Amino acid sequence: MQGDLRAETTWLEGFGGDRIEAYLAEPLDQRPTGAMVVIHHMPGYDEGTKEITRRFAAEGYLAICPNLYTREAPGASPDDAAAAARALGGVPDERLVGDVAACVDKLRQMPQSNGRVGVIGYCSGGRQTFLAACSLPLQAAVDCYGAFVVGTPPASSPLKVGPIADKAPDLSCPLLGLFGADDQHPSPAEVQELDSILTAAGKAHEFHSYDGAGHAFFSTDRPSFRPEAAKDGWQRIWAFLAANLSA
Amino acid sequence: MCTYQTERVTIQGSGKGTKGWFPVTDATVYFDHPVDAPMEHSLNIDFLNPSLGPSARVAVELDRESAAALSRAIGEMLASTSD
Repeated sequence: MQGDLRAETTWLEGFGGDRIEAYLAEPLDQRPTGAMVVIHHMPGYDEGTKEITRRFAAEGYLAICPNLYTREAPGASPDDAAAAARALGGVPDERLVGDVAACVDKLRQMPQSNGRVGVIGYCSGGRQTFLAACSLPLQAAVDCYGAFVVGTPPASSPLKVGPIADKAPDLSCPLLGLFGADDQHPSPAEVQELDSILTAAGKAHEFHSYDGAGHAFFSTDRPSFRPEAAKDGWQRIWAFLAANLSA
Repeated sequence: MCTYQTERVTIQGSGKGTKGWFPVTDATVYFDHPVDAPMEHSLNIDFLNPSLGPSARVAVELDRESAAALSRAIGEMLASTSD
């Protein structure tokens, strides 16, 4: 594995036939491989998320990250787009599933694809990962500190999202969950509750909570970055994908 | 950005963005992860005009003490002056 890759902006037909922007990264090695949809965090389709997308390609996976705020803020800077999307109530669940489905189709149609596709998401993208994995036929899902899979947002939140743990029986693939023990969204109690729900539903899952880490411990450009948790988290991601995305 | 709590206010005035002055119609106030300020959480204020698009935005990210001091200063100024 050389880490050689190509990455570029592309456009897809997302939910409702809308044209959405996406960042596609692919290994130059032409061997058949699995693929990942990367769902960005609430701060948007930013450089940090594109870096993560490239990291999957460097590791040998096809990867694509849709700009979930394309509709609200075409061409805007990521922080302006995130502010606009926040004020409008966030990304509707139905639209998210449609956009991820478009990404999955795109990946499966690529010549290098072995047909196996996973999804990973951070922050609000963690919840959206769970939603996608309960709505689409996938082979792996990685939820990085997603809030409100269980529990509801504060009354003052403009986000039009609610708990989705009742979808657990529909989970289509194994789920890896990576959480910070100091996080409040999701709290350790909420992580435990989701763990119990998945166990009761008989769904394969593997959860890890890191002491000394809170929300967004993977974000290398933020004070929340926790290198030890992030390093271990990445190793667990690679092992999980090797087990679930290999042909 | 993950405390998810947000206060929204309808406002009237002007703000100066990257392309100059524009009328502001909305403000959002939230305590969450900052985009740029070097701290875990910040009090964030966006002055917006959605009708002009997402880039019609003036944003600030303040630590809790700064935000409280600013709030006090605004209150004191309004209390001691009149139109």
